[in-house]
Amino acid sequence: MSLTGLFLISFLVIHLIGNLQLLIDDEGEKFNLYAEFMTTNPVIKTVSYLLYFSILLHAVQGWMIWRKNRAARGQGYAVKVTRGAKGNSPKVAKAMGWIGTVVFIFLLLHLYQFWFQMKLDVIEYVEYNGESVKDLYSLVSVTYEDITFVIIYVLSMAVIAFHLLHGFQSAFQTLGLNHKKYTPFIKTVGTLYAILIPLGFAIIPLYMYFLL
Amino acid sequence: MKLTLKIWRQGGKYKGEFVSYVLDKVSEHMSFLEMLDVLNEELVEKKETPVSFEHDCREGICGSCDMVINGQPHGPMRGTTTCQLHMRHYNDGDTIVIEPFRAKAFPVIRDLVVDRSSFDRIIQAGGFISVDTGQAQDANNTPIEKTTASEAFDAATCIGCGACVAACPNASAMLFTSAKVAHLSMMPQGKVEAKRRVQAMVKQMDEEGFGMCSNVTACEAECPKEISVENIAKMNREYISAVFGSETSV
Ligand code: HEM
Ligand code: SF4
Ligand code: FES
Repeated sequence: MSLTGLFLISFLVIHLIGNLQLLIDDEGEKFNLYAEFMTTNPVIKTVSYLLYFSILLHAVQGWMIWRKNRAARGQGYAVKVTRGAKGNSPKVAKAMGWIGTVVFIFLLLHLYQFWFQMKLDVIEYVEYNGESVKDLYSLVSVTYEDITFVIIYVLSMAVIAFHLLHGFQSAFQTLGLNHKKYTPFIKTVGTLYAILIPLGFAIIPLYMYFLL
Repeated sequence: MKLTLKIWRQGGKYKGEFVSYVLDKVSEHMSFLEMLDVLNEELVEKKETPVSFEHDCREGICGSCDMVINGQPHGPMRGTTTCQLHMRHYNDGDTIVIEPFRAKAFPVIRDLVVDRSSFDRIIQAGGFISVDTGQAQDANNTPIEKTTASEAFDAATCIGCGACVAACPNASAMLFTSAKVAHLSMMPQGKVEAKRRVQAMVKQMDEEGFGMCSNVTACEAECPKEISVENIAKMNREYISAVFGSETSV
């Protein structure tokens, strides 16, 4: 759980850096060449299989733990108040199963819209200096001309932000890294990460919808 | 003050249901358990079965006075057991819902009394030191640094009440188990068996059917001894190093 979670956390950074090239004002040339590189380079391809596997493993493990933990209570309470330790909110932590499931549904839509279209090869080609590559940029920009998809995307980023707000520091605790000396640092980095990364992703469709 | 108590009754003629009692003339100086004693006296006089609840020391050190009061194990105060909770925190006319600790691994015996022998079995699996530690004076000859001694002592204050399990949305026993593991593994005498201990205790904990920790920290918030979740990280660290970094397996 924690290892796959941290792997996904580092993936998101790379994914965001890649996606930010969509904002470059060059009709998508940089982004398309980057997408071509990412889908053909053998090393990246290997890592991408590890990624698909991690997402599935993380989700399946999450659901299994969720089920097991519900069963561990047995009969529920008539009245239940859940407080967190000082400086911790238990609300997000308690909802991780639901939040993760929403993230998973978003991922299905997201993969269908872009990754699956690339794989099916139903996508247009463009030429740069005699090299013909898939025009993923146009697919993305057409998709985010539709306000519905922009809204779904931005809301999903908010949900991911909550998932990471708990998940980031939780992963360190699970791996045994909680200590007066560096936990405040992990919490600060985690909070910044959980806000900035989803925000970075959310800016892209907003920019494409409102400014292009 | 006058209170309405909704108490979980189970056993005898009760199938497992809430029964309401109105209790008058409750003094604010009573402890919560004394208030229940008064209720039980009234019930006995009326030839009804008194409410079963566990208690022993009545000074916050034995960990037997388990009950969930208005949704919180040991009631609303942080760092206190039920026996240390006083009626001055309640007002005339209040309704108080009292339930047993709820966990698959803590089956209800009767009314508010649950069977916590799953905790005993976790301790039996490794919560002890079997090497010769000598006599009292030998303890004073064992060098141990002050900070470590204090940290170990903090973990050792766990009274095994089970409030951590009752409070945790996953009914996880990680705080209890980790307090014992952390306490013993920080002592020079306990280090000898540390690799075996952590694996054996975690294994037993899982077998008892407790849930898995998802770092909600409700345990620390409700623990009458305010044991820190840092102990859980310590145990995870020790578990990882014992499983992957030692020859010992359980
Ligand atoms: C595929 C959809 C996803 C599902 C269904 C899901 C589900 C979950 C669940 C249920 C937990 C809580 C585990 C527990 O309580 O022990 C969790 C934890 C976590 N998730 Fe996800 N998640 C998903 C996607 C992601 C993504 C995309 C990331 C990172 C970018 C991520 C990062 C984390 C981290 C770091 C944790 C904390 C691990 C720990 O406490 O040990 N998750 N996830
Ligand atoms: S850790 Fe705290 S709540 Fe859990 S058994 Fe020990 S004293 Fe009770
Ligand atoms: S009766 Fe001993 S701790 Fe409450």
